[in-house]
Amino acid sequence: MEFEPVIGLEVHVQLKTKSKLFCSCSTKFGAPPNSQICPICTGQPGVLPVLNKEAIHYALKLALAVGAKVNRLSIMARKHYFYPDLPKNYQISQYELPIAEGGAIEIEVNGSTKLINLTRIHLEEDAGKLVHDEKKPYSYVDFNRTGIPLLEIVSKPEIHSPEEAVAYLKTLRSIVRYLGICDGNMEEGSLRCDANVSVRPKGSSSLGVKVELKNMNSFKHVERALAFEIKRQTALLLEGKTPVQETRLYDEATQTTHPMRGKEEAHDYCYFPDPDLIEVRVSEDWIEKIREELPELPSAKKARFIKEYGLSSYEAGILVEEKPLADFFEDTVRLYAKPKAVANFILTEVLRYLNRDNISIEQTQLKPEFLAELLSLVDDGTISITIAKQQVFPEVYEKGLPPKRVVEERGLKQESSEELLRKLCEEVIKENPSEVEKYRSGKKGVLGFFVGQVMKKTGGKANPKLVNQILTELLEG
Amino acid sequence: MGISIDEVKKIAHLAKLELPEKVAQTYTEELSKILDYFASLKEVDTDNVQPTFHPFTWDTPMREDEVKPFEDIQAILANAPELLENMIVVPKVVKAP
Ligand SMILES: [Zn+2]
Repeated sequence: MEFEPVIGLEVHVQLKTKSKLFCSCSTKFGAPPNSQICPICTGQPGVLPVLNKEAIHYALKLALAVGAKVNRLSIMARKHYFYPDLPKNYQISQYELPIAEGGAIEIEVNGSTKLINLTRIHLEEDAGKLVHDEKKPYSYVDFNRTGIPLLEIVSKPEIHSPEEAVAYLKTLRSIVRYLGICDGNMEEGSLRCDANVSVRPKGSSSLGVKVELKNMNSFKHVERALAFEIKRQTALLLEGKTPVQETRLYDEATQTTHPMRGKEEAHDYCYFPDPDLIEVRVSEDWIEKIREELPELPSAKKARFIKEYGLSSYEAGILVEEKPLADFFEDTVRLYAKPKAVANFILTEVLRYLNRDNISIEQTQLKPEFLAELLSLVDDGTISITIAKQQVFPEVYEKGLPPKRVVEERGLKQESSEELLRKLCEEVIKENPSEVEKYRSGKKGVLGFFVGQVMKKTGGKANPKLVNQILTELLEG
Repeated sequence: MGISIDEVKKIAHLAKLELPEKVAQTYTEELSKILDYFASLKEVDTDNVQPTFHPFTWDTPMREDEVKPFEDIQAILANAPELLENMIVVPKVVKAP
């Protein structure tokens, strides 16, 4: 029998507001423990929460960006549970009437696109951070994170593979970063993902027993955790067993999932509307204003890049993933009107360095003017593309120097003197009689060897086109 | 009866309260009286009435997104029985909810 996984994702997005959701404490990451707390976020008696307008603004931005229906009136509710990271013993969240419902995210997997529908988007406050002692029977509580605004985005169970799940997450991350509402850093926890996974016979419309997966801190973790869980559940079904409905944690060390330890109580959060917070009302004017402010989103930008610049779907897809990179591309094309060449150079050279250093384009000293200048230097024959890639670009990237200056200072100008090159070619031919033999006996591929030798003699600066031409002429002659 | 003793015990458990049998019985009776009284609301036909979440009619007050650090954090932390590097020390827990 063939089986099919059914996956729904719950993503928590930490909003980039300066202050917390209901108090004026800072949300800055990495501050010393309990240095950003106040009577409100630590749940002292008699305090009143006051809603941060910017958090609603951000929530509306996302709602409009994914085509969700904004609830003009929404309700903040208390979700009750007892845990040391939750000083009030309830989390202010939304239950009935969340800020937005519906909407969808378009993902692309293996060249085909698919819509993943959303159930809801709701606003809630984050809990504190717990540090567990390795040796002693203690945990330590830091409330700095308590009360930071989160948006929870709940997808419908319409995801059917780990690849689709990762594509969904990447797209969602790209959207929240374009909107400037979240920095999307999974390692630092500003974007968190839980998954509901079940497996059912292919073609069946009923849902299998649902397992909730937690503790996945990167795209890779999500992919591996889901793949493992699907395999595990499928094996159980094949043995005629049924998976247990439970919460399982992903363990990166073993790349497996295991049931969460401790008593698994049936949750009963006893939600009710928070009497401290009146209904959240959103005016039509506000919604319209935000709609006008929405930036061009990744999917629209991608379509435009394909159409306007003749890029492939693959090229455009990578360029638009991060807005600063997409802007860098367009700014460069404005100065150097060969979009394909610009895209090529960014996708190979620029991204290689960015990935190596794990940074994004705006954290470097690269400027669109520099890339435009570098490519022009190749075009007018001042340097070869190889020199551009291997010798000039690294200097431009590391030191923020203009390419022209690098070429001058390091004497990288391409050698195009036919006289000199001819002399060098003759030398190389003289030095390698056996290779010449091979060439003349029909192994034309040896030409590359000769070109390489000439390049060596010129420190890679010889004009490759000219060298090719001279060598062919000499060898054929 | 508005509420059963088992429900009372379950709520006590969720609220991490220890409830001796006798007290549970007392609460069951008292809570039942209250709930029975409120049950009379069920007689009202509310089919076409929007739920009232709050009795107020004005808009949610909202604040601008500005940071104002709280001055007396030590007074908050002083409530903790024990601190380690300003973190509150609690018995070891494993995340359940
Ligand atoms: Zn606070």
